[in-house]
Order: sequence, then C-alpha cells, then structure tokens
Amino acid sequence: MTWDEMAPLLVEATWQTAQMVGWSTLFTVLLGLPLGVALVVFDRGGLLPLPAVKTVLGVVVNVGRSLPFIVLMIAIIPFTRLVVGTTIGTAAVVVPLTVGAVPFFARLVETALREVGADVVQAAQAMGAGRTTIVGKVLLPEAFPGLVAGLTVTVVALIGYSAMAGTVGGGGLGDLAVRYGYQRFETLIMIVTVVVLIVIVQLVQSLGDVVARRLSHK
Amino acid sequence: MIQVSGLRKLYGDTVALDGVDLHVREGEIYGVLGESGAGKSTLLRCVNLLERPTAGTVTVAGQELTALTERELNRARRRIGMIHQHFALLSSRTVAGNVAFPLEVMGVPRAERRRRVAELLDLVGLGGRGGDHPHQLSGGQKQRVGIARALAGDPAVLLSDEATSALDPATTHSILDLLKRLNAELGLTILLITHEMDVVKSVCDSVAIMADGRVRESGRIADLIRTPGSRLTRDIFPLPEPAPPGSVTLTFTGDPQRPVVSETVRKFDVEISILGGSIEELAGGSVGRLRVAVTGDTEPALAYLRERGLIVEVAP
Repeated sequence: MTWDEMAPLLVEATWQTAQMVGWSTLFTVLLGLPLGVALVVFDRGGLLPLPAVKTVLGVVVNVGRSLPFIVLMIAIIPFTRLVVGTTIGTAAVVVPLTVGAVPFFARLVETALREVGADVVQAAQAMGAGRTTIVGKVLLPEAFPGLVAGLTVTVVALIGYSAMAGTVGGGGLGDLAVRYGYQRFETLIMIVTVVVLIVIVQLVQSLGDVVARRLSHK
Repeated sequence: MIQVSGLRKLYGDTVALDGVDLHVREGEIYGVLGESGAGKSTLLRCVNLLERPTAGTVTVAGQELTALTERELNRARRRIGMIHQHFALLSSRTVAGNVAFPLEVMGVPRAERRRRVAELLDLVGLGGRGGDHPHQLSGGQKQRVGIARALAGDPAVLLSDEATSALDPATTHSILDLLKRLNAELGLTILLITHEMDVVKSVCDSVAIMADGRVRESGRIADLIRTPGSRLTRDIFPLPEPAPPGSVTLTFTGDPQRPVVSETVRKFDVEISILGGSIEELAGGSVGRLRVAVTGDTEPALAYLRERGLIVEVAP
C-alpha cells in the first residue's frame, strides 16, 4: 500500500478516534464529576454524611471498574440501543466508552478532592459558608490541578478503549491497525498507526501536564 | 461576649472536654493555655460549633449558638472570625481573593467587596500584595491574610487557633502586636488558644489554664497574680518548685522600683537574703516575684510586707 492510499484512511481513522474520544470525554466529565463529588460529600465525615448512599455509589463504581472494556461494550449493547438507537458506528461506541470511563474518572475526582486540606474546608465552614458554596468555591477550585491531571489520564485511557471500538464497527485508529495492519499483513500501516497513537497520547499528556502546572499555585 | 457553660465533648469513650465553663468579657483578650491534648483546641472549635458539644451551651454576642438551626448558625458564624495555625488559605485564590471569600459568602456586591478588601489588606499591613498568591508570602504574611479574612465580616469576636505556633519568635511578636492593636482599635474581643506562656504574658487580659479536658484555673491575670498558690503565677515565674521549707515568696505588682525589702530590713530586726526572683512584663503591667530567706524577728516583718500590698507565701 502506498502513502497516497494510506493517507485518507489515516485521516478518517484519526477523525473517528477524535470524535469518539471527544464526545465520550464530554459525557464522562458531565457524569463522573458529580459522581466523584458525591463520593466525597456523602462519605463519613464529609459535608453531608450519608454513608449508606456512599456505599451504594462505591459498589456501583467498583462494578463498573472491574469489567474489562471489551466485555462491558458487548454486555451493555441493549442499553446502547436504547440510548442511540443503534449498536454499530461511532455514535454507538460513545455510550460504552462513557459508561466505562465514568467510574474511572469518578475515582480520580474523589482522590483529587480528598487532597484538599480539611483545614481549608473547616475555615470555610467557620466563615458560615454552606455546603454548595464549599463544593463550588473551595473543593473544586482547590482540587482543579488534580482534576485536570485526572482528566488527562482518563482521556489517555479513552484513547486506549476506543481502539476496541472496531468490534462494533466504530472505526478509528485501533480498527485500522487491526483490519489493515493485522488481517491484511500491511506492516507499514500497523507501524504508522501505532506511531500516530503514540504521538496523540504524548500530546494529550503534555497538554494536561502544562495546564495542571499552570493552574497549581502551591 | 462569649459564655460557655457545662461544655462536655466525648469522642467515643474519650473525654475531650469534661464540663468547661468560660466567660469572656467584651473587649478583652482571653487566652486558653494548655499542653497539647488538654482539650483547648476542641474547646475553641466548640465555640463556633465546628465541633458539636455533647452537652452544654455556647452563647456568643447574646446568641445561643447551640440552639440555632444550621442556616441560622451559618449566619451567626459570619460574625465570628477565626484564624488558624496553618493559615488555611485557599491556594487557588490570590491574597485579595482569599480576603474576598467571606464577603462572597455574605453576598456583598463586587464593587463593595473590592473596596473592603483593599481596606482590610491596608489594616493588616499588606496593602499592594492583593495580587500575589499565598505561596509567594512568608508565614507571617500568610497569617496577616488570615487575619484580614477573619475581619471581613466585621466580627464581634475573633477566635485564634494557635495562630502563632507555626511562626518564628520575631514574626510571632509582630502578629501578637497586630492582634493587640486590633483589640484596642476595633474593640475586638479575642479568644485565643496557645501552648506558649509567652503569648499569654504578652497579650492576654484573662486566662484559663486547661488540663485533661478541664479548666484548672481562670480569671483576670491581674487577679490571679494576687491569688496565693495560683498555678499561673508559678508557671510564669521561673523559681524552683517546691519552695525550700521556711522560705518566703513575695509577689509584688505595680512599681517594682519601690524599695520595700530594704525598708523592711531597716525597720525590723531581720536579715533577708534573696534566693531567686524575676520581674515579668505582663499585658497589665509589671509583676515581680522574689524568693527570700528571712531570719530573725520574722512575724512583724512579714505582716509589714503584707500591709504594703505584697503577697507573702511562707513555705511550710
């Protein structure tokens, strides 16, 4: 296969990967951030201690985290059909990607929020701040560099998960590597795909590191 | 201004506070002195109900905090400033942002906030540093930010949780001076806890000495000094304890220049030799304590000393 044949394939696959990762990152933040906050706030000694709720949430998160992504993707096919009306294609991959990444990101959010000093939270309580204010003006801003670092790790993981999307016809770079590189013995396309993936992951990680460092005032 | 009655706090089976009563008058600086584990930190955190006492009541500025709902309590807390040992500043915000935080909580409009923040930073001697982040400041400067933040709500009471314990001696001194100045200029009532006698000596009008979750001794320092057998007096003056049998300990307040001892020796047939002693500058004035051995016609001499206003303690 020549470069001219390969280029459009690579561009399309990269675009598909970007779409899958982009959309699922968005939904992961929208769902995982509140879940992570809930894990901290409802914990014993938290702002609103509801240990029973926290236990249930913790179990749900752990179940989500213990399923290998490829199994999860197949297991939730009925759910995917319910949400997007189809089980194949790029849009259909966003659902399992999100479901897989939310528990992962929620745990990272939880860890980042726990890094915020208890004394800072108590100082805010002593100033008469309510729970919503403390979450919005103390916990999240103070944990922001950690949240960005967690998001970076999540995006990298999503890039990895998205490589399996070919299984349900989602396309993307992983699919390209498997179909052309492996099944058609096009070693070159395999190598190029791997290089592109490495470059993307490096870029994402470096960007995340820079942003986290710029935000940190410690 | 602060009235604490019958305060008990249990953590499981551990008794942190075992029936504490405290009365802080308006406009005074009240120190709670004790070693770590004595319960003083728990006591302070019970005053603004960061810790819920197991039993007892807390009244601040006429409002019984222990009877309030959460919403009312949050409102009341805005009038109680607090400063912390490790400053507890928000690292994500600038100095000005930190001082503005309580104003945001209170819903003060932006323009008003900006004006007030500038005013507060000037008050604590940090004018022009509003744009810095806390990590760019020294410990003493961080505590000044903490103080400015605590004053934002125009509080009647300031609680200080070991505010100088993480600072070096010179910085401690400047922070204590600032607290004294705020007390004098704003009429701010200050309740501070500390394990350092020097803090009590240099700024406090009243003191409570705590051990094992109880107050062992409390009152105005000037009164405690005049109370024979007071722990505070013993703790302030570095005389060997117990006093040797038969020795006499004299405590005198007011003008230390008055030659009472030589007067006594001239008037009575006694010899007085000095075993030890010192003069301490307290917030209320200077106080001296002298350990002496008196030989000869002791009784009339000691009576004369008592008459002259000295506290005379004879070791058995």
